[in-house]
Amino acid sequence: MSGLEDLYREIILDHYRAPRNRGELPVPPANKTEGFNPLCGDEVVLYVELDDDGAVRDIRTSGHGCSISQASTSMMSAAIKGKSRSDVDKTIRAFKALMSIHEARLLPDGSPGDSDGDDESADDVNLGDLEALQGVVKFPVRIKCATLAWHTLQQALAP
Amino acid sequence: MTHAPAHADLTHLKADFPILGRVSHGKRLVYLDSAATAQKPTAVIEAMNRYYREYNASVHRGVYEMAEEATAAMEGARARIARFIGATEARECIFTRNATEAVNLVAHSWGRSTLRSGDAVVLTHMEHHANIVPWHMLAAERGIEIRWIPVSAEGVLDTSGLDRLLDGAKLLGVTAMSNVLGTIVDVRPLADAAHAAGALVLVDGAQSVPHLPTDVQAMGADFFVFSGHKMLGPTGIGVLWARAELLEAMPPFLGGGSMITDVRLDGFTPMEIPWKFEAGTPAIAEAIGLGAAVDYLESVGMESVRAHEIALTRYALGMLAERFGDRLQVFGPADALARGSVLSFQLGDIHAHDISQVLDQEGVCVRAGHHCAKPLMRILGVPATARASFYVYNDAADADALADALEVAEKFFT
Repeated sequence: MSGLEDLYREIILDHYRAPRNRGELPVPPANKTEGFNPLCGDEVVLYVELDDDGAVRDIRTSGHGCSISQASTSMMSAAIKGKSRSDVDKTIRAFKALMSIHEARLLPDGSPGDSDGDDESADDVNLGDLEALQGVVKFPVRIKCATLAWHTLQQALAP
Repeated sequence: MTHAPAHADLTHLKADFPILGRVSHGKRLVYLDSAATAQKPTAVIEAMNRYYREYNASVHRGVYEMAEEATAAMEGARARIARFIGATEARECIFTRNATEAVNLVAHSWGRSTLRSGDAVVLTHMEHHANIVPWHMLAAERGIEIRWIPVSAEGVLDTSGLDRLLDGAKLLGVTAMSNVLGTIVDVRPLADAAHAAGALVLVDGAQSVPHLPTDVQAMGADFFVFSGHKMLGPTGIGVLWARAELLEAMPPFLGGGSMITDVRLDGFTPMEIPWKFEAGTPAIAEAIGLGAAVDYLESVGMESVRAHEIALTRYALGMLAERFGDRLQVFGPADALARGSVLSFQLGDIHAHDISQVLDQEGVCVRAGHHCAKPLMRILGVPATARASFYVYNDAADADALADALEVAEKFFT
């Protein structure tokens, strides 16, 4: 598999071409959060509506940017919509582990190293489509494109 | 296949740049990011090596032979650089780290000693951040006003309101060539208007000096800044040129060794120019390297450099239009005579980052992003563009390789 196809998996391109949960929600009850990547001009806007118990009742996204940032936003919205707060937190941790552990543990041959397993909550989460984004770790400058939506989500969920 | 006209063909120069012989991702390296930094000819690399191997010593200090050789090499470089930009005296050229530091020197030294609350500085919408942020910093500190000359839809300065903008202004800061649009600015009429209004003129030559014949006197500049690494020289060396009487009236920028004639317990007396502004041990090898870059460019001839780039830019614009039609939008003037060899573009709705990623796999190096010109990008209405830029070592085959790689990107994303 060429490096490019590793980065741009078909599922990523699918989310880029047909982003899920695109649009806006009335504020309030939803809150609106914006994230920027100043280096490449990626912009992610999230509208998140939470239940009283913190579950994600609904989410919409807008913004613009490269395929990785926009696909990651779409995949993130699909992964957390309808989820309880604790499931959302686990997914965030698992995704960040997917990005950061691999970033920190690249072997000399460029292949991702093994997780050291100290983040148990991350290990038992099935990331589904999001696993496709692990190819990004071979392209270090693009990792911030993939994580932008998630940093923005954390802002949206902050008390 | 059409090719650039023979009279401007500099293809033989490729062999002077050892890095162009490498491969990238298994492909021939096609380097199209010279507007960010240029590649270095063997002559520059060897000049710097020779200094370190044969006469490395601090300048302006030792009385031994090597120190005299180092001093002569550095000051000789200064003199040749001065002549290269049309300066009458070598002492009017201050060595800085780069154009950015040179603008900061002017803002810090001239700006802080001259500008008062309510004074205006006039800039343009197509300035690089290097000629914006130092003035923002001064505005925050001194309460000066910043006014803006707008850019038209064609990517040229709209000077219809110039007299009003310059009314009461103390400085006009303008680029001689946009690093995004490639637009060449005719500085002289702007400088004349600024001088008539009582303002000084700072010209950012970072993009123009590598590509156009330069005459700081003829363009009417009072301050002129540029970087060595974009003109085949090393990083870490740049130049502030200013008229001697301006430099003599300005307070020092950085204090320390080399910039004094006397230091007492109660104060100091600064050196004469240019050393007044060159505190600490300077970038000696880099100054010598920049001198070698100037020698190289003069041996090619700046008129030939310009002719080569006009021909190559014209070829690239025509070829890209033919192969991509409306799907490819190039920003800035359409006429190769009105622009440098910087092509910022958008291909369909493919993000610049994705384009540059695919191009990288094809061995083609371009820049993607806002090019340190965010105000201009907002006016263009794009968050980012991809930018290909040509220099003396590029040819029609490089432009064709760009187009081939763009076709790969199109196939991938549509």
